[in-house]
Amino acid sequence: MGEGDIIEVQDLEHTFNGFVAVRGISFSVRRGEIFSFLGPNGAGKSTTINILTTLLPLQAGTVRVAGHDVAREPGRVREAIGIVFQDDVLDRDLTVWETMEFHGRLYSIPRDERKKRIDEMLRVVELDAKRNERTKNLSGGMKRRLQIARGLLTRPEVLFLDEPTQGLDPQTRMRMWDYIREVNAAGTTVFMTTHYMEEADMLSDRISIIDHGRIIVSGTPEELKNTLGEDVVYLETGDDAKARETLRGVGEIRSVTESPRGLSITISADGSHCLPRIVERVRGAGIDISSVNLKKPTMDDVFVYYTGRELRDEGA
Amino acid sequence: MSSSTTPAGNCATREREQKVAWEFLTVYWREMIRFVRFRTQLLSSLLQPALWMAFFGVAMSSNFNRFTSAIPVPAGVIPVDYLTFMAAGVIAMTTLFTSLFGGISLLFDKNWGLMREMLASPMPRTHIMLGVSLSGMTKSFIQVAIIMVFGLILGVRFFPGFSPARIAVSILGIFAFVGVFSLGFLLFSSTISMRLESPEGLQGIITLLTLPLFFVSNALYPIQAFPPLLQALSIYNPLTHLVSGVRYFALGSEFFAVGASYSFTPADVLLSFGYLVVFATVMYLLARRTFQKAVVT
Repeated sequence: MGEGDIIEVQDLEHTFNGFVAVRGISFSVRRGEIFSFLGPNGAGKSTTINILTTLLPLQAGTVRVAGHDVAREPGRVREAIGIVFQDDVLDRDLTVWETMEFHGRLYSIPRDERKKRIDEMLRVVELDAKRNERTKNLSGGMKRRLQIARGLLTRPEVLFLDEPTQGLDPQTRMRMWDYIREVNAAGTTVFMTTHYMEEADMLSDRISIIDHGRIIVSGTPEELKNTLGEDVVYLETGDDAKARETLRGVGEIRSVTESPRGLSITISADGSHCLPRIVERVRGAGIDISSVNLKKPTMDDVFVYYTGRELRDEGA
Repeated sequence: MSSSTTPAGNCATREREQKVAWEFLTVYWREMIRFVRFRTQLLSSLLQPALWMAFFGVAMSSNFNRFTSAIPVPAGVIPVDYLTFMAAGVIAMTTLFTSLFGGISLLFDKNWGLMREMLASPMPRTHIMLGVSLSGMTKSFIQVAIIMVFGLILGVRFFPGFSPARIAVSILGIFAFVGVFSLGFLLFSSTISMRLESPEGLQGIITLLTLPLFFVSNALYPIQAFPPLLQALSIYNPLTHLVSGVRYFALGSEFFAVGASYSFTPADVLLSFGYLVVFATVMYLLARRTFQKAVVT
């Protein structure tokens, strides 16, 4: 574990009544990054986040958050973190301001400082016009923003986001991503769980794919996608059969198949570097090319590759 | 809050512990907002005791007064009419019901996920139950005040011939009894709420408990005429001690009601109060244990 790690997890295991939810995972999160746990429901994401936030007791392994051991100094860990829960965990009958005030008082933020920070946070998430509105009257996106504002009120070193955009419409989700990026740019480390591929891909500095209680692979989104090395080039040519013959035996080409979209060429290396040579070769054989298309692997492809199945996009 | 283990030089830790020590007021504040905001809950909790007095009290008192008017009142003892006698019982009953249900907000907090916010905060966990219990106690105080004022209108004669100073002391005494009693049952209710999954379960347990607690007590009638077993049981019933305390402060140490003579010595009253304090302490320890072990995700 390095100097700059704000979360250090070693051999974490957790069992519920004989069901092993987390099977010995180790990972670390660097100060200042956005780190994602990507995996399907029941993979162990929530269990892990609950242990990291001291809501579940540590059974086996060691977990340090913001320099404190969750088992020995849960109080210190609690002071250093902020949490945005998965569902809208808001008291329906409190107003926006009361929700923030309650939270600030729970963390003993002195009155003047509390007032200042609440005003500031409500401005950041654009809810200051709604401060006297009861939370039950807020839209889904506003509720989530209020939760983020609440989670940040205590100026945490790490913000935990459990499925931050679940149940939000695409537009609100993009706004949410912007907020998360802003929060991170302001210096807060973000640990989030998600089962949305593109969310992990768009936001994270690093991702761990988790399934059946194990971390299957970790890396930056680029690394994960590049290790697949399965870029696909689609070529539409004047003579597909002849072009196929021409391409046979080129080093990086794994397979060439004819498909409705033209020739589908699977490449075992970085496709953007191979593409010019493929085009040259086909042109060189006197075949016209009417369109070229390069498809990079998506997080979906990565997930399918490592887990052997599709990530079902279902509710929590 | 376990400050004894804090090293003398570690000011930061100590400072933090001191700051956190009043956080239960935050929970109290939120509970009171909810109380005022849930109009139906507020209204019903204020109306219910008044309705008991207005219907049960008035109806029963005309009957009881007819039955017992034939019994001669011993010389030198103040006779107390039934409505006045049972007003103390209604105070006790209302406190019992309100307190037994008081923990239900914890159950909702737990089921709606709101408790995670508190459990993941640096606030000591015992403060959750302290805040909820103190707000429950406040609600009981408000109800008791309403019963006393409404009773006055209906013809309840509390504090017969008392001086203003004695009335003030008596009101304080009544509130002290109500306070300790309600804390005990609120902590009990909090404990069950933390251990249960559903509001229906809590409802069931409360219903099961209220009937024996209410009827095996001196709230509505004297226990002097109970069969020996019930009489013995009623002595251990906290409600009996609350009613005794309220009657002592509201009616004086010697009075005659529903065909029975009542006489309390200050020692009796202290003993009753002590019993309630012990009850509340045991409930506190039970609740603390439950909260410290509670895992809510």
